[in-house]
Amino acid sequence: MSCCGSSGGYYEIDEVSRLVAVRLSAFLKTLREAGFAVGLQEGRDAAALMAAGYAETPALLRVALKHLFSARKSDWDRFDGLFDAFWLGKRVRSRSLTSGSARAANNPSLKNLQDRRSERAPGENATDQVLSGDDEAGENRTGEGRKEGASRAENLTEVDFRKMADPEQIEQAHEAAARLAKTMRTRLTRRDLARRRGYRLDLRRTIHGNISHGGVPISLVRRQRKEKPLRLVVLLDASGSMSMYTGVFLRFIHGVLDEFREAEAFLFHTRLAYVSDAMKEKDAARALDRLSIMAQGAGGGTRIGESLQTFNRWHAARVLHSRSCVMIVSDGYETGDARLLGREMAALAKRCRRIVWLNPMMAWEGYAPEAAGIKAALPHIDLYAPANTLKSLTELEPYLAKL
Amino acid sequence: MKTREEIAQALAASGYIADSELATAISLMQLLRRPLLLEGEAGVGKTEVAKALAAAHATELIRLQCYEGLDQSAALYEWNYQRQLLSIQAHRGEDADAVEDQIFSEKYLLERPLLAAIRQSRPPVLLIDEIDRADDEFEAFLLELLSDFQVSIPELGTISAITIPHVVLTSNGTRELSDALRRRCLYHYVDYPDVDREARIIMARIDGATASLALQIARMVEGIRKEELRKVPGVAETLDWAAALVGIGVKDLRDQPEAVHETLMCLVKTHEDKSRLSREVADRLLGKVA
Repeated sequence: MSCCGSSGGYYEIDEVSRLVAVRLSAFLKTLREAGFAVGLQEGRDAAALMAAGYAETPALLRVALKHLFSARKSDWDRFDGLFDAFWLGKRVRSRSLTSGSARAANNPSLKNLQDRRSERAPGENATDQVLSGDDEAGENRTGEGRKEGASRAENLTEVDFRKMADPEQIEQAHEAAARLAKTMRTRLTRRDLARRRGYRLDLRRTIHGNISHGGVPISLVRRQRKEKPLRLVVLLDASGSMSMYTGVFLRFIHGVLDEFREAEAFLFHTRLAYVSDAMKEKDAARALDRLSIMAQGAGGGTRIGESLQTFNRWHAARVLHSRSCVMIVSDGYETGDARLLGREMAALAKRCRRIVWLNPMMAWEGYAPEAAGIKAALPHIDLYAPANTLKSLTELEPYLAKL
Repeated sequence: MKTREEIAQALAASGYIADSELATAISLMQLLRRPLLLEGEAGVGKTEVAKALAAAHATELIRLQCYEGLDQSAALYEWNYQRQLLSIQAHRGEDADAVEDQIFSEKYLLERPLLAAIRQSRPPVLLIDEIDRADDEFEAFLLELLSDFQVSIPELGTISAITIPHVVLTSNGTRELSDALRRRCLYHYVDYPDVDREARIIMARIDGATASLALQIARMVEGIRKEELRKVPGVAETLDWAAALVGIGVKDLRDQPEAVHETLMCLVKTHEDKSRLSREVADRLLGKVA
């Protein structure tokens, strides 16, 4: 295996490559758990590129695998941290810097393998030096990678979304979402589609289809306007102040994703997480696992402004079009900058058709929109309504239908 | 072209200053024979990568610009209906089978980019630009083509690839691409270049830009990117601006702040951004450049 420098005895190489293969498959498993879409083919290609000399230094291997395994921006950003944590044992700095220290043999990280190699063949210390220099560069990068999560009042415990698995409640949520999907109309676009029963003639296709009749138009092809469904994008506040309602709305989101032809869902607290993929998972248990990973940090403070900023910057262009309705479910208690929230709401309002803000607190007696956050956001909202249970959601139907 | 250094040099020779990650991505493209998916903000030079790659390979660049409603007849092949109809009229009364064989021959086939790309004698670079603008259906079709590299035309039979093109896809993220397509590709996120690289890009692209001016421009642009603008200037805008400054004979940004203000329209393209990048802000940024 070229990752371990020049070759030694045959048996040795075999053992090392086996260890690498075991370790690589464990890494793939870690990636899958972190939400990466990696299959067998990717594993095979990873082995191929390691054999082709891309495992010379950890930095090179990191870059190479990053290109292979990432599929989107979020993967791309997270990969370095995951790689360092897995292969280089980062976060345990002392350990990764004591070179040559005996580590558990059943945990052969890349670093470890190189150490062994140099023990066996003295005079190849150069590889070690390259590695440790690189370690430090990597260390800085990990620090950067984690900056995103560090913030005020963040609670890093896992939030238990397992209560969602109650079948009766799931059914209710689906029912509510299905009714909503029906009432929110589909809309027509100006772009045409070829149809057998359209209202306009498609000349080009008609000529093509009638070549066999010598160009005499016998069978006609027509065009019709394409129907485009309204897209619903739900942003759910999963902060501590909302914890009583998060479960209810998660069930609702699940229903929305199932029933709407086009829907996307995001969770936010101190940062924003894209959860549509995780919630569309067929295997319910896996979906919950993935959600729990993403929800790390949920239950802490809220930074609506910053979350919206992330949304506008990275997701809006993709998930929003002129026929989108954005539904924000939050109590509007902002721990960040309320002015930022106002600015981002204005930007969001320009991009989508309607903004609905559902606030569970509104159902409380004597509630007035006093929180700075909600005050800043109010001018940009098309519908501001109370919602604290599934029932109250279904009561919103007539209003939502008008959007 | 094998090693990453060679790739970076070949790209640089054709005017694209690549970072080491991109060079690795391109070497992987050759090793694993996977397409390369480039994502990033508008104007960071995604399309340029493909152009430079074609220049580096000294091969043709075949470009397919995607848009909503793009279908097979615009992307793959189409029969030349008008000529077929004329031919039918001209050969009226002749043997029907012979006429049919004739009008469904290569002569009447219009090659579109995807078909053209697999029929070159030398592997070309196939750039599928803004794949996110095409419909889901087209994406699925493309996936099939990218895995088999063969096209079946009912009237003519299956056409297999003579050479496998180097495929580069770009996306601006206006629509979520399917997982299948993403998995098929190597992924590279193109970010704004750092000051040093941007300065080198300016020097490589703009004749007459000195090293000190290029560095000043790059620093200034970096500062502007940090301001909260609606439309962050990309590398293309930087190059426009550098060309404008060189064109009116600016040698040092600090000496001619007037010229800087007047040419800032090359960088900011909306009224809102223009007002945000007021004289004071620009002067402050200019002060930092020194």
